[in-house]
Amino acid sequence: MSQLPTIRVQTADFDVAHEYELLAKDNSDGAVVTFVGKVRDFNDGNPVTDLTLEHYPGMTEAVLQQIAQQAHERWPLNFVTIIHRVGTMALGEQIVFIGVTSAHRKAAFAACEFLIDFLKTKAPFWKLEAGDTGSHWVEARDSDEQAAKMWQQD
Amino acid sequence: MIQVLFFAQVRELLGTAKLEFSAQGINNTEQLRAALAAQDDKWAKVMASDKLLVAVNQTISNWEASVADGDEVAFFPPVTGG
Repeated sequence: MSQLPTIRVQTADFDVAHEYELLAKDNSDGAVVTFVGKVRDFNDGNPVTDLTLEHYPGMTEAVLQQIAQQAHERWPLNFVTIIHRVGTMALGEQIVFIGVTSAHRKAAFAACEFLIDFLKTKAPFWKLEAGDTGSHWVEARDSDEQAAKMWQQD
Repeated sequence: MIQVLFFAQVRELLGTAKLEFSAQGINNTEQLRAALAAQDDKWAKVMASDKLLVAVNQTISNWEASVADGDEVAFFPPVTGG
């Protein structure tokens, strides 16, 4: 079985227990892998007080759908959920949720990692960090681009 | 008219999130970039960035992509979500 992906871009927080319940309802799935990205208190050695996520409405949802579709094509997945928050978030708050189910763990782990690597480099989100010395836009990381490239197929 | 959108640093540096630009004489993304850059020094500097990305009708594109009347073109820096 393969369900249509759940894609949400929202300002509101999400409830991991609730999302897990929705993912874990099919007993043909032996594996549920989830990832949560949070606002941490430092970046490049500088303290961070809060984070604001900007996005490109319309394009963001379309890109997330495409990424989920690619994951379905590569692995035998059942449920895929991607939730990404936008707006201002305080330290420790949840930013992103990825959930994947499959009959076996290897596909679920791989697909979850693929989804976050691709989301970080392909989806139109931008982070503005606020700290003690004002706010600045987060620079894209080469390491994220390298991680996404690792998934390219010959 | 071409709907032109700007995001993140690009939006902030230009002080503009959205504008309408005449499609006259513009056939691709590079020509639109050049026309925007010709407005003044501030625009020239932002549009000259080698990290600038472009999307046409909400699909990441390149500097040869066709642009026509009624299209939506967005300029933005490399993405940093997740």
